[in-house]
Amino acid sequence: MRREGSAFQGVGAVFVKELSDNISSVRMLMLELLIVLTAMAALYEAITALRQNTAEDPFLLLRLFTVSQAPLPSFVAILGFLIPLMAIGLGFDLINSEHNRRTLSRILAQPIYRDALLLGKYLAGLATIAISLTALWLLVIGLGLIFLGVPPGGEEIARSLAFLVIAIFYAGVWLSLAMLLSIVFRSPATAALVALGIWLFLTVLWPMLAPAIAQAIVPPDPRFAALGLDTPGTAIWTQLLQRFSPNDLFGEAMLAVLSPTTRTLGPVFLDQIRGAVMGAPLPFGQSVMIAWPQTVGLIACTIVLFVAGYVLFQRQEVRA
Amino acid sequence: MSEQQNNSAAKRPEAVIAARDLTKRYGKTSVVDAINFDIAKGEVFGLLGPNGAGKTTTILMMLGLTEISAGRVAVLGFDPARQPLQVKRRVGYLPDAVGFYDHLTAVENLAYAAKLMGLGMAERSRRIAAALTRVRLLDVADKRVATFSRGMRQRLGLAEIIVKRAEIAILDEPTSGLDPQATIEFLDLIRELKAEGVTVLLSSHMLDQVQRVCDRVALFRAGKIAMMGSVAELSVQVLGAGFVVEVEADGAGIARRLAAIPGVGNVETLADDRFRMTADRDVRADAARAVVAANGALRRLSVDEPSLEAIYARCFQVPQSGGVRDAA
Ligand SMILES: Nc1ncnc2c1ncn2[C@@H]1O[C@H](COP(=O)(O)OP(=O)(O)OP(=O)(O)O)[C@@H](O)[C@H]1O
Ligand SMILES: [Mg+2]
Repeated sequence: MRREGSAFQGVGAVFVKELSDNISSVRMLMLELLIVLTAMAALYEAITALRQNTAEDPFLLLRLFTVSQAPLPSFVAILGFLIPLMAIGLGFDLINSEHNRRTLSRILAQPIYRDALLLGKYLAGLATIAISLTALWLLVIGLGLIFLGVPPGGEEIARSLAFLVIAIFYAGVWLSLAMLLSIVFRSPATAALVALGIWLFLTVLWPMLAPAIAQAIVPPDPRFAALGLDTPGTAIWTQLLQRFSPNDLFGEAMLAVLSPTTRTLGPVFLDQIRGAVMGAPLPFGQSVMIAWPQTVGLIACTIVLFVAGYVLFQRQEVRA
Repeated sequence: MSEQQNNSAAKRPEAVIAARDLTKRYGKTSVVDAINFDIAKGEVFGLLGPNGAGKTTTILMMLGLTEISAGRVAVLGFDPARQPLQVKRRVGYLPDAVGFYDHLTAVENLAYAAKLMGLGMAERSRRIAAALTRVRLLDVADKRVATFSRGMRQRLGLAEIIVKRAEIAILDEPTSGLDPQATIEFLDLIRELKAEGVTVLLSSHMLDQVQRVCDRVALFRAGKIAMMGSVAELSVQVLGAGFVVEVEADGAGIARRLAAIPGVGNVETLADDRFRMTADRDVRADAARAVVAANGALRRLSVDEPSLEAIYARCFQVPQSGGVRDAA
């Protein structure tokens, strides 16, 4: 079926309206406050820890992102936890709120395709998150400059920018999930609860379940256990299963990008280590190559969820 | 487009909406069951029927807001399922219980819709100001819609259709929930639209209002069109007569002369000087002439216009208690 007119007609108008709604909303303010406060706490701990060994580390700035000081997890770990919350907070009522306000049929009676509404809303949500994360990123760089007193090198900037981009992709996954649920469930409360349930499952339960399932598939070999090593088969399955969680993909990509010494994200076997110079940092391009599959995984996940929402929404009856 | 449509176009020169065996099924139940109708350019057409008869569903299919199960509908010659933008660019829609963004003002709400229509900034503000003036909302143009009453929201919805300069305005229950004064004002706005050449399709179960503005109506019953036509036509069809004219006059052979007037059905002689006749049009002028021709003296001439209420009651056999159909 050939369509007349651009599928993107109206995307701009929807985008502008939604973005200004998002930015001026109380909900967004609360989410941002939550993220900034927790991130600042993590940063404060990191800075205190790092001040003791200034200048020894060539990637001091990057360490700001990854160093953790008990009881707080690292800045990146906190973001891995909170970005989904922010995306869900923005997305759980994208479509069903239009149904409930009875604005949907009026808007869809305007000369736009349904895709335009979906895409405009999605992009506005993503832009909102991107703006917040960029502000946060600038904050980290600024605080690093002030408290550590070391100007960041070009590679550090490049790596931290890669962090920013991947974090936005990661947010995209959760936003498209939330949007899908806002299409499936007419009640925003239900959509939010289901989204939070999935988030809790994938961040808290799945990391515990995955090893258990892996052990059921490939029982650990007592000979490896005797040496204090993981059974290779079990380890491979564990990782494979864990990668079904976007959190895991995000964590791995972050590790590759922010810790230049990371050489592989898979289980490390002795034959791979043979000949490698331990602890030597990889060039930026190589680190990006390592993080690439995870990043693509995040993007693919977004696309699948978005398309699912799109297909459902196209066929949905709009009575309100 | 197909032959069938050309045929119907020949019959009714400018059918702007043409439905052929239009059907909507939910599962196995047909809520709109193979209906056919043509709406001519510039007329006000009323969809009438009890709750759940399928009026809204029919409207949704015309706008591509729900899928058509069988048959088809052409809106200005376009297929709403395949050419939705062509249709939606030319058709304005005021949904039942229309919603607006409460945190935005009237102007902001209209501006958003106007942007989606693809209007440029200057054109937008010009049309919005003009439309708000017409629906008398200009003084609250910068107030949040959250503060608006039901009547104001309905008028704002109509303003959106005016901004669009729609060729067809589809209004779903536009006056439900309005007080009598607001209803009269809203109907005046509908008449203004008609005067500008806009074709209006409205659904309602408020009979006397529909009667006041509609050129033709279709009575829906359980997904089918039970009957269709002008109110006068329907009353002839259902009640056996449209207008009832009473004449009080003396003179010779008046009854005979009255019966000879074209369009008059039977003439009843109530008394020596009182006659009651049924007619399919308002024949008062002819009756007066007949009395004069008989050298009679005309004392009284009255007409009972056909009432949609009576037609509806007969058509749907509404029980005296009323409201029972809602539960069915
Ligand atoms: N999604 C759905 N699934 C099944 N049946 C539906 C659905 N939507 C509507 N119906 C049924 O279709 C019928 C027609 O509904 P419709 O809204 O068209 O009626 P209506 O004539 O507009 O009534 P009202 O005067 O109450 O607005 C109703 O009986 C309703 O129960
Ligand atoms: Mg209805």
